Amino acid sequence: MAAFEGLSNRLQNVFGKLKGKGKVSENDVKEAMREVRLALLEADVNFKVVKDFINKVKEKAIGQEVMKSFTPGMVIIDIVNKELTSLMGETHSKLNKSNKPPTVIMMAGLQGAGKTTTTGKLAKYLQKQNHKPLLIAADIYRPAAIKQLQILGEQIDTPVFSLGDKANPVEIAKQGLQQAKENHNDYVIIDTAGRLHIDEDLMNELKDIKETVKPDEVLLVVDSMTGQDAVNVAESFNQQLELTGVVLTKLDGDTRGGAALSVKAVTGKPIKFAAMGEKIDALEPFYPDRMASRILGMGDMLSLIEKAQTNIDEEKAKEMERKMRKAEFTFEDFLEQMEQVRNMGPLDQIMDMMPGMGKMKNMKNLNVDEKQLGRVEAIVRSMTTEEKRKPEILNASRRKRIALGSGTSVKDVNRLLKQFEDMKKMMKQFSTMMGGQGKKGKKPKLGKGFKFPFG
Amino acid sequence: MSFFKKLKDKISKKTEDVTTKFKDGLSKTSTAFTEKIETLVLRRKKIDEDFYEELEEILIGADVGVNVVMELIDELRTEVRKRKIEDAVDLQPVLSEKLVELLSGKEDNSLNIQESGLTVILFVGVNGVGKTTTIGKMAHRFNSEGKKVLLAAGDTFRAGAIEQLEVWGDRVGVDVVKQQAGSDPAAVIYDALQAAKKREADILLCDTAGRLQNKTNLMEELNKIYRVIKREVPNAPHEVLLVLDATTGQNALSQAKLFGEKTGVTGLVLTKLDGTAKGGIVVAIRNEMDIPMKFVGLGEQMDDLQEFDSEQFVHALFAGLIKDEEKREVEESVE
Repeated sequence: MAAFEGLSNRLQNVFGKLKGKGKVSENDVKEAMREVRLALLEADVNFKVVKDFINKVKEKAIGQEVMKSFTPGMVIIDIVNKELTSLMGETHSKLNKSNKPPTVIMMAGLQGAGKTTTTGKLAKYLQKQNHKPLLIAADIYRPAAIKQLQILGEQIDTPVFSLGDKANPVEIAKQGLQQAKENHNDYVIIDTAGRLHIDEDLMNELKDIKETVKPDEVLLVVDSMTGQDAVNVAESFNQQLELTGVVLTKLDGDTRGGAALSVKAVTGKPIKFAAMGEKIDALEPFYPDRMASRILGMGDMLSLIEKAQTNIDEEKAKEMERKMRKAEFTFEDFLEQMEQVRNMGPLDQIMDMMPGMGKMKNMKNLNVDEKQLGRVEAIVRSMTTEEKRKPEILNASRRKRIALGSGTSVKDVNRLLKQFEDMKKMMKQFSTMMGGQGKKGKKPKLGKGFKFPFG
Repeated sequence: MSFFKKLKDKISKKTEDVTTKFKDGLSKTSTAFTEKIETLVLRRKKIDEDFYEELEEILIGADVGVNVVMELIDELRTEVRKRKIEDAVDLQPVLSEKLVELLSGKEDNSLNIQESGLTVILFVGVNGVGKTTTIGKMAHRFNSEGKKVLLAAGDTFRAGAIEQLEVWGDRVGVDVVKQQAGSDPAAVIYDALQAAKKREADILLCDTAGRLQNKTNLMEELNKIYRVIKREVPNAPHEVLLVLDATTGQNALSQAKLFGEKTGVTGLVLTKLDGTAKGGIVVAIRNEMDIPMKFVGLGEQMDDLQEFDSEQFVHALFAGLIKDEEKREVEESVE
């Protein structure tokens, strides 16, 4: 969808004219914040949450120094990302555990959020850690909801407690808990019926269940595609039930999942799990930092900025620079560089992130193929240490061996060698152009680490 | 006669019953929305940047979508300049009119039901939007109209889905064609089509498993079902209804687009509109795609599925605004 043009591209448009500025001015920030605001709203983050957030970021961003390797856009993204991450919660928070088993977990949420499915997935998750959960079927309203839980229980070989759909849910929960104690189940998960947060009768029923079983966890199950209303839903469930955490479902879709931020912001409760697929084991611990970049519509690459700062340490970069200048660059160095870049995430995203690159990619001439990269790596890894250091000794039979060893053809090996030579030549030219020694004290540019003999 | 008068007159001709249902179902939506706009107009006397920004937020808060809101605000700005409006109060009628325009469509939102012979309706959508429940409610509707209805249990994936449809079949008193869980959904639909022909059913409602629109394989599976229906019955499926959850945000656009590509969606059903969600996403979808809203789910009861009526919808959504408008007219005529 055209509207979902990445924030990075938009910011680059805004800042295209501002390159080389020393500091981010108030006007720059204002302009950038307009784009950030739109990006967040498009991602379904609640507008009130967006407003608070923007104000916070504005304060931090004005007057920030623009590092040599960054564009003002990157500086802003960096700040936005850090703030977003801190708002989402820095680390993964684990499931509460009762000192006296069983640990009781209660699920709540709107209709169709995925409570029953998540109950099954959570049981599977606990089972994998050698726990013995009991599932309680307390959804007596939706047709066949009990049956659904029983089928899920069968699939993962976990007992399901049910009194049919005529019994009172509070009574079901109570008796279920009793059975868990008798059978020494160390976890109990109560599946409840979906309900609207404004339905007083049904909300009271939940309160009663809560009073009766005194759960260690009350988890709100939220559909990650939820729009602006997520705040109202989360707020009322939290007020009435005092949630302990949130599970985000259907996150394997193409939604940006702004609801996650809204829910976290209004309840202050951590998102503990994310449901990521149709299969019963598709429940994963939630990592808030990854969500931040998703909401901004930039995949994992947002963290590139941080990683670029930490991963390529300066010593190595200087050494690399020296080697490049003298054209001493070998296949060993090449591998090292490749790994550093790899650590940062998928290549096409990295390309996106580099100043100006995002636009080039639009022209479709920079289609970086990860598979191709893998092949190149295999070829280099099939060389002996000596060959890596002195590629000139690679004769026909050595090349044949490398091709065999890497599962490629001699043609591929030849092409890589040719490109490698070209790159070396280019580097030499490049460094003479730069005047060799004349860049003392300058921080290595981000772009330096990204030279490839292809692409 | 003002625009609102006309709207109101039209509505008063419609059955009281339906109007009440719409009003009740949408009361949360409508009061919250109108109150917000009213206080905005009263509090901010002048039309300035802050005014626009707040208005923008109210609309975005209803999930109307950034693009639509931006367009609307731009239009308002032009109007304000053209008519030299300075006070926020004077902008209110213009605003109301624009809002109503956004929601009301001229397209036909009745279902394409065959006069004679079989009508096949296929239901598609993401997980948990209420496809099966909608089918149950719709079966009840057709059944009480005296039509012979058959249900096809095409959700063979989700645990308990077939049983859920069977419960609805029992409640309504119609037959369900099914195979066991895990079987090929296209085969189930094929069976159901044959059964419907043999039993001379009027309406066949086909359930499918919920799926996220970015799952290519699952979307291909759905496309296969669509092709089977197309092949077996001429001109079928007569309707492909995409079921949307009113609480869904901007992702509904992607849903409408991708489900549309694979199954040629002919209409939307908006469910769970009895909560606090505004369902404003309908406006965004209408703005970007040419898919009419056909039904809305306004509650948990069997008869809580209503034919979508844009006038009713608008009336319920902007009830407060319309009242104000009437008062003004009365005052004016007194003068």
